Amino acid sequence: MNAAVLQPTEQTVNQKIRVKGLDFYYGAFHALKDINLEIPERKVTAFIGPSGCGKSTLLRTFNRMYALYPSQEAHGEILLDGENILAPSQDLNRLRAKVGMVFQKPTPFPMSIYDNIAFGVRLYETLPAREMEERVEWALRKAALWDEAKDKLRQSGTSLSGGQQQRLCIARAIAVRPEVLLLDEPASALDPISTGRIEELVHELKSDYTIVIVTHNMQQAARVSDYTAYMYLGNLVEFGVTDEIFIKPKMKETEDYITGRFG
Amino acid sequence: MGSEHLSKQYDTDLETLRSGVLQMGGLVESQVRGAIDAFAHGNQELMDQVIANEPKVNGCEVSIDNDCSHIIVKRQPAAGDLRLIMAISKTVTDLERIGDEAEKIARMSRQIHERGHADIHRFATVRHAADIALSMLRQALDAFARLDAADAAAVIRQDVAIDTEFRSILRQLITFMMEDPRTISTALEIVWIAKAIERIGDHSKNIAEDVIYIVKGTDVRHTAVEVVEREAIG
Repeated sequence: MNAAVLQPTEQTVNQKIRVKGLDFYYGAFHALKDINLEIPERKVTAFIGPSGCGKSTLLRTFNRMYALYPSQEAHGEILLDGENILAPSQDLNRLRAKVGMVFQKPTPFPMSIYDNIAFGVRLYETLPAREMEERVEWALRKAALWDEAKDKLRQSGTSLSGGQQQRLCIARAIAVRPEVLLLDEPASALDPISTGRIEELVHELKSDYTIVIVTHNMQQAARVSDYTAYMYLGNLVEFGVTDEIFIKPKMKETEDYITGRFG
Repeated sequence: MGSEHLSKQYDTDLETLRSGVLQMGGLVESQVRGAIDAFAHGNQELMDQVIANEPKVNGCEVSIDNDCSHIIVKRQPAAGDLRLIMAISKTVTDLERIGDEAEKIARMSRQIHERGHADIHRFATVRHAADIALSMLRQALDAFARLDAADAAAVIRQDVAIDTEFRSILRQLITFMMEDPRTISTALEIVWIAKAIERIGDHSKNIAEDVIYIVKGTDVRHTAVEVVEREAIG
């Protein structure tokens, strides 16, 4: 099923990331099997599938998050704008500046809201104080958090609510002006209103960023994404335009999963 | 729709919905058959019965639509389930309109009957069209019950025949009216009946299109019949 490169049917879309023959191993465990996939630029692509199917693993290869663990290996090619990010020569700091990531649980640093955002920027750029302030405001505005946070920028990031903390993490991720934003179940720990805000934010951010989101919530994938990939047991089963996947999937396995027939 | 859901209640809800449509279909089919029989034989009692049963058909439509809303809000159906529910909601509207047409035929038959003899062999003119319409309705409901796209495509093919039949009835009745102006009132009522029969064919065709949408996921409305057949069989 992965023999041909699965790609969305719209031909006019530019592909930001091209995954070619990707295999991934956790030690001896073969977690991703010959994945071929193209992620369209400035669109939202969702990965869905049951627990353990490899969707988070695939997401984590896009910024080589796995490189923190010596027993984890990826083979194949992941081309970001044509450049193979799996190449040993790849500068990981530069890669992670281009490919930002937000996790399931909000992870604000134990520092002020302002510093949470400025911290990442300082790693990559040396900005005068005035420009840094502008950058922090810009990121908070982009993450739809400015109005709630502007009067308490010096307070700790952990003083915010769960939903606000998650938007702070998104602000932190976009402050370094990445090109790709990886969201690993960004709303699964949030209440429906905070979830709605995050989904709205994803919708707004896609005009500037290529967004890849992993979610267990299929309705969320249907709401926020333009393209959806269904994964199962380390295989990419089906990839296509989200509306088609949710109305008329091609593969029976996909249909069984999204209609709740998966046992 | 293939294997079972993890939620047994969801399976039960969908099955209840489907059998509700088939039950409504059975009621509507018997309404159409009753109306045409009543017209053919001038059976006043049958005409009254068809007219009296019409609110039952309306009740089915409201109840099934309500069930569809409940399933949508509870289950957020996707893929084949979503298509089934969308199609059912449209199918019950068509069935309700077929019920309206049956009632219309019964009312017109009553008027013709009350007026007494007119020099037209009333039923002979519409017999063929009525047979086609009834067969289309039955086959559309069968196709729905079995989720059979090829059978549904065959229903759509028959709609061409019923349209041709309607035009031929019209020409025949115009001839009657020109020959003998005393037949005009009755002939016009027969035109209305023929039109109602033709509409029953149209609604049956819509139901068949819904079946193809459920099975194949393709919207074949406003599509040439040859293309529909290819889609249904392919």
